[in-house]
Amino acid sequence: MTDELPRTDAVANAAGEMHPAAGEPLLRIEGVAKTFGTFRAVDGVSLDIKAGEFFALLGPSGCGKTTLLRMLAGFEAPDEGRILLGGKDIAQALPHERPINMMFQNYALFPHLSVRDNIAFGLKRARLARADIATRVAEMVALVKLDGLEKRKPDQLSGGQRQRVALARALARRPQLLLLDEPLAALDKKLRENTQGELMQLQRRLGMTFIIVTHDQEEAMTMADRIGVMNAGKLAQVAGPRELYEAPRSRWIAEFVGDINLFDAESKLCDGHRLIIGTRDAGTLVVAAPRQPVGESRFSVAIRPEKVKLSRRGPVSEAGHETAINRLDGVIADICYLGGTTTYKVKLDTGGVVQASVANSARLDVDAYSLNQQIVAWFTPDDCVVLPS
Amino acid sequence: MRKVSRLSRFNIASLALGLGFLYLPILILVIYSFNASRLVTVWGGWSLRWYYEFFGDRAMIEASWMSLRVAVASATIATLIGTLAAVALSRGERFRGRTLFSGMLYAPLVMPEVITGLSLLLLFVALNAERGFWTVTIAHTTLTMCFVAVVVQSRLGSLDRSLEEAAMDLGCAPVRAFLSVTLPLIAPAIVAGWMLAFTLSLDDLVIASFTTGPGSATLPIRIYSEVRLGVKPEINAICTLVIALIAVVIVIASLASKLSSSQGESAAPL
Amino acid sequence: MSARRIFARPARFAAIAPYVWMVLFFLVPFGFVLKISLSQTAIAQPPYEPVFDLTAGWTTIRAAFAALGIDNFKLIASDDIYVFAYLRSLTVAVTATALLLLIGYPIAYGMARLPKRWQAMAMVLVIVPFWTSFLIRIYAWINILQHDGLLNQILLALHLVSQPVVWLSTDTAMYIGIVYSYLPFMILPLYATLAKMEPALEEAASDLGAPPWQVFWLVTFPLSLPGVGAGVLLCFIPIVGEFVIPDLLAGSNSLMIGQTLWLEFFTNKDWPVASSAAIVLLVVLLLPLLLYERLQRRQLEER
Repeated sequence: MTDELPRTDAVANAAGEMHPAAGEPLLRIEGVAKTFGTFRAVDGVSLDIKAGEFFALLGPSGCGKTTLLRMLAGFEAPDEGRILLGGKDIAQALPHERPINMMFQNYALFPHLSVRDNIAFGLKRARLARADIATRVAEMVALVKLDGLEKRKPDQLSGGQRQRVALARALARRPQLLLLDEPLAALDKKLRENTQGELMQLQRRLGMTFIIVTHDQEEAMTMADRIGVMNAGKLAQVAGPRELYEAPRSRWIAEFVGDINLFDAESKLCDGHRLIIGTRDAGTLVVAAPRQPVGESRFSVAIRPEKVKLSRRGPVSEAGHETAINRLDGVIADICYLGGTTTYKVKLDTGGVVQASVANSARLDVDAYSLNQQIVAWFTPDDCVVLPS
Repeated sequence: MRKVSRLSRFNIASLALGLGFLYLPILILVIYSFNASRLVTVWGGWSLRWYYEFFGDRAMIEASWMSLRVAVASATIATLIGTLAAVALSRGERFRGRTLFSGMLYAPLVMPEVITGLSLLLLFVALNAERGFWTVTIAHTTLTMCFVAVVVQSRLGSLDRSLEEAAMDLGCAPVRAFLSVTLPLIAPAIVAGWMLAFTLSLDDLVIASFTTGPGSATLPIRIYSEVRLGVKPEINAICTLVIALIAVVIVIASLASKLSSSQGESAAPL
Repeated sequence: MSARRIFARPARFAAIAPYVWMVLFFLVPFGFVLKISLSQTAIAQPPYEPVFDLTAGWTTIRAAFAALGIDNFKLIASDDIYVFAYLRSLTVAVTATALLLLIGYPIAYGMARLPKRWQAMAMVLVIVPFWTSFLIRIYAWINILQHDGLLNQILLALHLVSQPVVWLSTDTAMYIGIVYSYLPFMILPLYATLAKMEPALEEAASDLGAPPWQVFWLVTFPLSLPGVGAGVLLCFIPIVGEFVIPDLLAGSNSLMIGQTLWLEFFTNKDWPVASSAAIVLLVVLLLPLLLYERLQRRQLEER
């Protein structure tokens, strides 16, 4: 691999707009909606994406993320709204008129063309000089480490190699925006993890803007700078991975992204920057007051399993005090050993169940708990999140 | 999918009997075409006598030449128009008259030939067209383009639509995307369609009988009138030649399609 | 607008040439058949009274309309020859289709159970005879079935019969010919549905306690019904109008409708009656034709 990185046209174009204070976003999606028959696949999505960003659209199948991506590529035209690329509305432009390229889910490699011709395909359409095409193809082949395979046909390649060809083909035109539709779904777990790393490196090195569609939250968290979670055609939350996980905006997001314990609130009492909340399943809980005040609507208290600690006797606590902690008594009802961690289900004396994920930091099971063992589950107010139901 | 074959003895027997039933008569025909004896029953040793006889038979040679010309011309036109029809049906979405269009394309596949033949003849008579090479060619084109359309359409239907999308994404206008990606991929089906049209035309007796004029008999018409009079060894020889010609066409075409695309799945010839 | 729509507009242009062609050479000719079926026989060339002569002006056209008659249809309905020919065509087609299904199903089933890499080979083997000429294949059977043909020689040599059996010009010969010619048309749609069937379904049935024959009757066969329908229609419709096979292999004492039509047309030169016969045949076949068209469209277009 050469040290001089192939700087992309996109970066050259976008670099000027990236840093100045009034930097316009590279891509602006404004109130975009798309209906198929009576099904509203995308329902008023607005989103800004900055140049150089690695953005992930995450959601369950059928949430509209692929439709949104296809509208960016030009395969579907929105019924409402605008799509601005560099300030220009491209919503109605045909796919071949857009400086955007896409990496397809099943790669869509042309089976009748060699690796080289697949990569050169878009360059020929751009009417580049023959010599330039050869240089650019060589550059791309080196970039995705496909040296020596240029003459192979797609069916003579492994899954991982095909994925690289698809990537190289989409990158070859140096698009302002690269769309990736479930790019790693067809790879097995180990290869997928390696490829995630390579994609991130590549994106950072080229300084390009990537939008990836995935249903795999770990993949989105690992790779993306920001994640847009979609549900039923709407953007439920747009945030960085940490914020998404630690401060989900709704109960649905909290449950979709990772595991979580939820307790429905029955009463609440304000105590400075603490909330004292009565729940049916877990008794009274002390929680840090959220930034936005909780209205009169129904809400729940949420706590991630890895933030629930277990011990035989529990820590000393003085309720109402600054260092107040929540302690819940119960018995171990279920144990699930996962290698790196073990998940315990604790049946609480108050009736509910709380899940705790404990790191297996020692090889021997000296501090493991056993079934039906009396236990205390505890967590601090700051680890709790208050979510509207 | 299925690693271990679940063939039962019954399965094997029915396959063997079925294939035997399909091939034995043709095999016998070919063998007897090399029979030196005039009597079909008696084996008189190997000989090319009946082939010489065929090549000396002017009427037969003329009929063969006529059939070949009609087959090549009609298959070529049928492939062009039939492919267009397949594209319209599989990529055109909804358009006015679509149901009528597909109906007109699928009906001739099963329409009794006597009806097709008669109706075309009446058209040609009404148009006062001189019957001969062109009328037969038009008639055969009408029949065989439907087969071409079905073969090509089934390949188009099984093609991954994202390939066309990828081409557009990489800078092709729709028509260009079709020409540079779709067309090469359906080429084997188009070749298969041409072959099918060629052999159907070479084979047809009924429609040709209706639509041809005096003095321009096709090979099947000649063979038919001979066969009505009984078995003649010369007919065995002609039939063997036709079979050989078709075999050569099939081999060349399948080689060509293998060379043109190295991909595994090619279109079924039907 | 969607990706499909982007393609739709140029694709629709592609419809123009085939559309015009099929209207001109498939649809319009039926109009002529209908027209001539309603006109009178004449000893002339062409042998019918022209129904319309547009150059002659309006009054003659009116007169021509007045002269249109359903006489030919009355003739067909009253003449036993035609009624019997239609009945015989339907009987032959039903019998032959049943035979084809009985013979074709086990072969298709056997093919579908072959190991994957042999299946393509088996399919080619079934299709190849279909590529060789139809007429030649019938002729091959004349070779075998004639008085001193191979079949009689074998039967005599094995002392199964003492006298040569008359095969040619019998219904048996005709059925052999029909089954032989149409077998690939029955096998291929059957094979297509059987090969697509999930093997786990049959395994599940036997896992749940069904013996092999029940697995077949309760799972395999019901699931293959679309293929059965396609195969049956693909064979039945053309067999009803078949001409060559009955003409060469069956006896001449009872004719099928295709033969009658041919006879009226080429021997009796009675074009109007032949046209009426064609119209009646078309009406008889209209329902199966429509069924077939729907099936074909669903199979090709709704993937």
